[in-house]
Amino acid sequence: MTEDVDRNRRHFLAVATAVTGGAGIAMAAIPFLSSLKPSARAQAQGAPVKVAVGSLEPGEMIRIVWRGKLVFVLRRSEAMLGRLQKSVGFLRDPNSEVVEQQPDYAANEFRSVKPEFLVIQAACTHLGCIPLTEFDVGPADDWFGGFYCPCHGSRFDLAGRVYKGVPAPTNLVVPPYRYLQNDVVLVGVDSTGAA
Amino acid sequence: MGEFMKSLTCLAILMIGANAFAAGGEIELEKAGNDPDNTASLQRGARNFMSYCAGCHSAKYVRYNSIGRDLELSEDQLIDNLMFNAERSSETIQASMPLEAAKSWFGQPPPDMSLIARAKGTDYIYNFLRGFYLDPDSPTGVDNLYLAGTSMPDVLWELQGYQRAVYVEGEAGSEGAASHVFDRFETVSTGSMSTEEFDEFVRDTVNFLEYISEPIRRTRRVLGVWVLLFLSFFLFVSWKLYKDIWKDVPK
Amino acid sequence: MARIESEIGTPQGGFMKWIDDRFPFTETMKYHVTEYYASKNFNFWYVFGVLSMFVLVMQLVSGIFLTMNYKPDATEAFASVEYIMRDVEWGWLIRYMHSTGASFFFIVVYMHMFRAMLYGSYRKPRELVWIIGMLIFLALMAEAFAGYLLPWGQMSYWGAQVIISLFGAIPFVGDALVELIRGDYSISDITLNRFFALHVIVIPLALIALVFVHIVALHEVGSSNPDGIEIKKKKGPDGIPLDGVAFHPYHTAKDLVAIIIFLMIFSAVMFFAPDLGGYFLEHANFEPANMQVTPEHIAPVWYFTPFYAILRAVPNKLWGTILFATAVLLPMFLPWLDRSRVSSIRYRGWIYKMALTLFVISFFTLGWLGVQPAEPVYVFWARIFAVVYFAFFLLMPYYTTIDKTKPVPDRVVYHG
Repeated sequence: MTEDVDRNRRHFLAVATAVTGGAGIAMAAIPFLSSLKPSARAQAQGAPVKVAVGSLEPGEMIRIVWRGKLVFVLRRSEAMLGRLQKSVGFLRDPNSEVVEQQPDYAANEFRSVKPEFLVIQAACTHLGCIPLTEFDVGPADDWFGGFYCPCHGSRFDLAGRVYKGVPAPTNLVVPPYRYLQNDVVLVGVDSTGAA
Repeated sequence: MGEFMKSLTCLAILMIGANAFAAGGEIELEKAGNDPDNTASLQRGARNFMSYCAGCHSAKYVRYNSIGRDLELSEDQLIDNLMFNAERSSETIQASMPLEAAKSWFGQPPPDMSLIARAKGTDYIYNFLRGFYLDPDSPTGVDNLYLAGTSMPDVLWELQGYQRAVYVEGEAGSEGAASHVFDRFETVSTGSMSTEEFDEFVRDTVNFLEYISEPIRRTRRVLGVWVLLFLSFFLFVSWKLYKDIWKDVPK
Repeated sequence: MARIESEIGTPQGGFMKWIDDRFPFTETMKYHVTEYYASKNFNFWYVFGVLSMFVLVMQLVSGIFLTMNYKPDATEAFASVEYIMRDVEWGWLIRYMHSTGASFFFIVVYMHMFRAMLYGSYRKPRELVWIIGMLIFLALMAEAFAGYLLPWGQMSYWGAQVIISLFGAIPFVGDALVELIRGDYSISDITLNRFFALHVIVIPLALIALVFVHIVALHEVGSSNPDGIEIKKKKGPDGIPLDGVAFHPYHTAKDLVAIIIFLMIFSAVMFFAPDLGGYFLEHANFEPANMQVTPEHIAPVWYFTPFYAILRAVPNKLWGTILFATAVLLPMFLPWLDRSRVSSIRYRGWIYKMALTLFVISFFTLGWLGVQPAEPVYVFWARIFAVVYFAFFLLMPYYTTIDKTKPVPDRVVYHG
């Protein structure tokens, strides 16, 4: 009955079938998992947003929406830019060394392409609340104006750099953007990956 | 497997019988003969559609960038040749004519073209687009052989020219009255294209309509071959295992 | 007691023992899989139960992913299906899998049911298995019907219109019942919304429960076989039926081959002809539902057409509905209609063979007639074949009694 059974052969065939079947199931899973990614419509709706910044007064900030996320565009005055130096000693990452938090072209002391215009995502890097704006100096000795998250007290300076000793681990995120003209900013990335 | 073979034979006979029974009685349509794998034809069709159709007809499920990807057109080519009514290539094809205006002009809005080829068939559209003829009684001056009383004007007349329908008196059918049967079209004035050129023009356009009705057609056919190859291999391995395991079982 | 307590949680016996002390896992696996013995001479017709289960799983998985993008809203449903077909990455594959799967579900279930009729699988002691199976079939019809409304195409709308109107034929409560089903004075967004709930929650839950019970009942009495004899009557010294082989690995190895062949046929349709010439996806359903225009030619999807043809064959609304319902429900009584001394077609006489052949012919012909326009010649033939269909069941107690049967062997037989 079983005398002509080659155990090795059967084992090999069983493994081969299991491996092929496993590969088949894995391949079949690809379309299902891929279908969860942002669709063509989501990508179309998440297209880059044009912002005219020419009419902003120094110290004035506007809020725009890109990919369903709030983005602050702040025109910093000369005084505000000057205060960026003062907060350095209290910051966790003053030189923007965490590379994911900003594009290369914003990894500078102002965290922006042009020093006066700050473009920054309004989502606290702790748990995503929208930070409040507190642009005036004080009353605390280490506060030179910036963003304050009401949820868990995280603090950021006027370049969105995070303070030491707060829950938020990293600086606020600078989204990809570029200047179309001198006073028009395109916020977001198009499908080719260029800002 | 004796019963199986017998059953299969019975089934086959039934199917053949049913098919023979089913033949006949359909309206004669000339074959469109379009080839959705012909990218050049699809590109021409896309241009035709955007120039002559998209003024009134939307294709609201179709994005320009998906056309670009499938028909091998660059972003610039899309912008220059197709995107007359769109700013970004991620937009869908909207008719230039406002929907409300369309309702008041034609009584009903011109249908969306995204799925027309799947709903009506390419042969029908091919014949329809070539089937306009002069009819003084119609408000648009023309009627269509395949959709009598259509509110669509003959937008391709400059290319096709005008034609009129010639009828013959058919013999009295079983139902009684002698029938008034369409025989052929007769050219009244020629257009800028020859008949062959115009047929080709319509064929390209229909081809494009077939493409947008199911943009992934090509993908699925290519993928299908790979899936079947994989399953053939899987079948081979599992068949061997099945035969091996069943050696244990005496007949 | 002390001994038992000390065993719990100790590594002795390993993880499986820990589980088995709390849940009958090994015992269940043995009872239903590794020591469930089914006849060794199963043929082609015996793979469709497993295939039905396989298709059920495919439909559940693809369906779950469709619900992530589908919108049960009259203004958005049609567009959301096209959104799945075009904008969602691989959405077309998932949608085609589900739409092709619906048709294949009926193919394998019809084959599975026909197997029972060939070999008398419904007979004592498997009456309950059969009745539960018929309930599964009814649930499947309801599931398919509810699902067909969801794309909100012309056929979705008008098909639902026609079938829901059937209930209006019921005396006294008909009109009220129709309104209760629709939840509105016509088929509307409200109807779509509740059909969605039925299609994705209510009926699938019922289906899964029924399939579970179907298998529990089957494993209690044991699987039938092409000879229609009880393999449990001839057991070896080890208590195992002589003609039985374990479900795993023997039948599972065979069923895997069947599943792969099934997948090849399924893929051939799904990748190369997902419409299948308008039978799996009807042309008119590529136009959005329009309550002002009835399509020229309304036909239900092919799997309903045999019953639909019977409905149309009757020139009276109430009787049409009654005969339609009877045609669907009659097979449920097969265990008691069939009075033959033998179960399997192998040992039946020419009368039953002829009757079954006529039944199959009538079923296919009615199916074909159901997609034809309602012209007198087709209605005439539908009546003829409807009579054949009903005669098969209603005359069965008579003709199975007088049919000359052949002697049944003690052990199962292989056919070349």
